[in-house]
Amino acid sequence: MSDFLQAYLTVAVFGGTAGLLIAGVLGLGRLIRPSRPNPDKLTTYESGVDPVGSGFSQSQVRYYIFALLFVLFDVEAVFIFPWAVGLETYSYFGLVEMGIFVFILVLGLVYAWRKGVLRWV
Amino acid sequence: MILAALPYWESTIIRVVLVLAAVLLPAGTFVYVFLFKMMSFMQSRLGPMEAGPYGSLQLLAEVGKSLQKEDIFPERADRTLFALAPYIVVGSVLLVYVVIPFGPDAWFANLDTGIFYALAVSSLSVIGILVAGWASANKYSLMGGLRAAGQLIAYELPMVLAVVGVVIQAGSLNLIQIVNSQANGSIFGFGALGNPFILTQFVAFGLFLMAAQAELSQAPFDMPVAESELVSGYMTEYSGMRFLLFFIGEFASAGAFAALAATLFLGGWWLPGLDLNANYMNVIGPIVVLTKMMLVAFLIFWFRFTYPRFREDQLQTLAWKYLIPISLANIMVTAVLKVVF
Repeated sequence: MSDFLQAYLTVAVFGGTAGLLIAGVLGLGRLIRPSRPNPDKLTTYESGVDPVGSGFSQSQVRYYIFALLFVLFDVEAVFIFPWAVGLETYSYFGLVEMGIFVFILVLGLVYAWRKGVLRWV
Repeated sequence: MILAALPYWESTIIRVVLVLAAVLLPAGTFVYVFLFKMMSFMQSRLGPMEAGPYGSLQLLAEVGKSLQKEDIFPERADRTLFALAPYIVVGSVLLVYVVIPFGPDAWFANLDTGIFYALAVSSLSVIGILVAGWASANKYSLMGGLRAAGQLIAYELPMVLAVVGVVIQAGSLNLIQIVNSQANGSIFGFGALGNPFILTQFVAFGLFLMAAQAELSQAPFDMPVAESELVSGYMTEYSGMRFLLFFIGEFASAGAFAALAATLFLGGWWLPGLDLNANYMNVIGPIVVLTKMMLVAFLIFWFRFTYPRFREDQLQTLAWKYLIPISLANIMVTAVLKVVF
């Protein structure tokens, strides 16, 4: 197996370890903890009063526009990383290219700002 | 090095044991030194004093207590997702530690995408938090989960963009090579101290710390768990050991971000005057990294105990109107300086 794949195998092993660790701790707890459920104990906590309606309620996601902008900028970050690694080879050419790229992005941010969508509604 | 000479599976088993120590030891130390003691002293009280000398075994006592607590699944909760959430949160923290180097050979996995991988994995925890908030079927939890998602969305970007400055300077994503280039670097020809990137990337360091504070939901960015409004946010319905897992996860990820900051900006396992690749660095390196982690964590917790909570709109304004433009400017300035000099 190549070193490259082996490194990611280690990552997978560590992920499995995390799962086993939590399962182990919770399993250990299962052996010593009591289990005496009653209806009052199992109700949803709503500051001591009986819960009103369902907890799976609709709620206004106020950062909907922010989330859209986030996707945009996150994709941009993916493009910036390879450029940042190779900047030494790209030299002035890369610098100008990225200057244009970032300028267009900033333009988008300024547009959103002027449009007033960077406001908490 | 002995570890690298072993066959793959043997060395992996040793690494697994070591990573558990690397995750749990700093997390436990942070809880005791900062949460129990530093916060108490800042508030003119002693903090825990009964369990062990100066209350040093308090956390173990808490674990013992939590193990005995009844495990309550609320009647209306989505049981599968409710049980799954702590796995995602704690798992993502452990996966961040995989790439952090503690010495020339004392690393867990040497990924070429190093820091990119770390940032990607660390933001997985928001899925766990969102799952916890939704599965609890509790209005407080849902609000907390949604707030956490909005916050992590906003501060993911300044963090990623701040790291780009370091990547430009180092010319690599690999954390071991980033440490190497700090040790061998020089600032305008002066190389006696190397170039810990905090000296040239101090703007990025500030941005990284602020974003880390928000990603960790530490005050002043603790709206997702704001006690006075949301009881305990997405953790409201969790009890006993499951609650403690979230709690440990929070401090372990504080450790992960502190370790990342120490590696990216403070020179990782390297100290001026020490030979970077010498064999003894595998022993001294982890101590150096842990010390630097404690320094960064001290800053994080100092801010936490000092500043009052922001409002939700102030949080978004800070991220979008200040931090993101500043981080973009930082990238361009760094790039220009790198190419011209």
